[in-house]
Amino acid sequence: MTIQFNEETFRDDYSFRNSDWAIRRFPFPFHEDSYMYSVNMEQHQGGPEGSVYEKRFDVDEHYVAEMQDRALVLAEDPLRCQSLPHMTLAGWDTLELIMVSKSEDYPDLFELHRDGDRWRWINKPMGIDHTFIFLDETTLPCGPLEYITRQAQGDFAVLDQRGDMLYMDAGMVTTQADWSLDFDIGMDFFEWHAPVPLAHEMGIFKRALKFLLNVRQGSPARRLNWTMTVNPLLDTSPENYHKWGVQKSSLTPANIGAKQHLRVELQTFYRLPRSNGLLFPIRCYLIAFQDLVTIPKWGRRLHRVVRDLPEELADYKGFIANRPLMLDYLGHYDDGLPTSPGVWPDLETEPPLQT
Amino acid sequence: MSAAPRKTKAGAEKIDVTVSAVVPLNELVTRFEFARTDGRPFPPFSAGAHTVVEMNDDGRTRLNPYSLMSDPADTSTYAISVRRDDQGRGGSLYLHTHVGVGDRLTLSYPVNLFPLDLRGRKHVFLAGGIGITPFMAMIAHLDRMGGAWELHYACRGKALGTYAEDLMQAHPTRAHVYYDDQNQRIALEDLLDGQPLGTHVYVCGPKGMIDWVHSTAAAHGWPDENVHSEEFLAPQPGTPFEVYLSRSDITIQVGESESLLEAIERCGVDAPFLCRGGACGQCETDVVEAEGRFEHRDHWLDDDEHASGKKIMPCVSRFDGKKLVLDR
Repeated sequence: MTIQFNEETFRDDYSFRNSDWAIRRFPFPFHEDSYMYSVNMEQHQGGPEGSVYEKRFDVDEHYVAEMQDRALVLAEDPLRCQSLPHMTLAGWDTLELIMVSKSEDYPDLFELHRDGDRWRWINKPMGIDHTFIFLDETTLPCGPLEYITRQAQGDFAVLDQRGDMLYMDAGMVTTQADWSLDFDIGMDFFEWHAPVPLAHEMGIFKRALKFLLNVRQGSPARRLNWTMTVNPLLDTSPENYHKWGVQKSSLTPANIGAKQHLRVELQTFYRLPRSNGLLFPIRCYLIAFQDLVTIPKWGRRLHRVVRDLPEELADYKGFIANRPLMLDYLGHYDDGLPTSPGVWPDLETEPPLQT
Repeated sequence: MSAAPRKTKAGAEKIDVTVSAVVPLNELVTRFEFARTDGRPFPPFSAGAHTVVEMNDDGRTRLNPYSLMSDPADTSTYAISVRRDDQGRGGSLYLHTHVGVGDRLTLSYPVNLFPLDLRGRKHVFLAGGIGITPFMAMIAHLDRMGGAWELHYACRGKALGTYAEDLMQAHPTRAHVYYDDQNQRIALEDLLDGQPLGTHVYVCGPKGMIDWVHSTAAAHGWPDENVHSEEFLAPQPGTPFEVYLSRSDITIQVGESESLLEAIERCGVDAPFLCRGGACGQCETDVVEAEGRFEHRDHWLDDDEHASGKKIMPCVSRFDGKKLVLDR
């Protein structure tokens, strides 16, 4: 498989675009016409061919542009990547996992040649060919976590596991849905989830923690999460809220189809073998409403989900003010027909929009 | 579920191995070394991890957890050291008497319930008897990473001091061995007293030793989170009993020398598990109805939960009474 990498931006002129291929493989998160929290975990052991679930670390047409955007964020704010002193081994675990996975899953794009501890890493899309000594930080230009996550799409939280608790002790976070690594660093699982409404009362986090503590080596897990973003911004951080928050009020009936994006996170969970830490990659996928509604089933369903979402969730996800505008737009793509169960587009079997 | 739902089958990820060496160490303990049958390297593991060894004993599946004691950096070999238990249910006896070089077994992926606290500036290991095994891997790891450690290892006597001579030779200033038959004792109070800030203590051995270390450390003002322990429980034989599994709608018999979990598995009911030693919580099962007395032996449930009669850990706990109904 050869991927044509887009030249595009996630800021200023927002030239980000999804190809038809990227639209069809978008990880649409709603398996039915409504949404409520659940610990919706499943095993991350592949998925349908061509889907974002197929490989351990999905690489798509946005790879090179996303890595350029990450470099810009880090240049302005180096604290987006942090690793407490005891997390260096987990950083090497992360580097090993990503290098091994990518070189096995995308042999035409990435190569890893290991001769004992002497490793040669080739990243063709980014033009990198580097030889280093595994577990020797002095042979890398930066720490192992920063080195490899400057070459991997999505954010990465690296959690230490101590005494039946997880701690946010390292990470690379530049494409986040309004949370801050610098604020959360060192927090335990309940502390960093404290702002989430309703889920605590539902016992969601207790169950999720129990599940995560038992994620085993060789058995990674995954789930989806979602929110809304105006303009295809990767960096919707609290640090930069003054820059992007105001853009939420720029929506009009004329521009909403192009500007309003559904933002989906493919979250995966890996037990790290050498450190016993837990790697939590959070991969962000964006799709404009006008692209999403080209899949009739998704257009119908998104309208119903947005319409029926509890107030607290619409508020927490940051789009309660724009909900009426969204419903006006999405209503044109909901003809009231039933939708097939599951998340897939079902283009062959679902009827086109009835007008 | 999000995309393509896949059932999470507990214990599904396994590694087929061939026994590459069997090394008797003394009268009771033998080391078994494994290579992957497919010739590939093993996954790296974290020091302190265990593997569950699956043995086919004449049609009966035995699953026993053992600490991985080889160097975690060596991906060509996994090794375990097994103490023969003549009174036990037969897993260790089977390994000692039936398993030889070239035989094939199945291992679970490593699971770590006894990890190093990587924040530790120094690690003090307290081992009793076969409890030395996880520390073998921890020492190899810390030596490679340049970490500070010391070992205090109590064993019955020279003849049964598994790895004691090797450790003293390799680490004359850091490995300290105490022989019971020479009336040597770990001077725990003194030892806890002189440690630098940021030291973590780890104990692996018999229950009495673990309790002694925890209570002594607490009395000396050590924070709980700096004192780590692992005690593997082997399921104990007991009186046979009958259980009704309500979700599966079957009644099963638990024999004298099998655990409740093993009986559930034998009857074809899929039950989750990780450690099979009462520590990880994975096999926690709801009790629907019970008339009788529970024999709780796990470390997972707290005293209130044990007293409530609402939960049981079928890997190590048993039941004695008229009626038991489980939600499984």
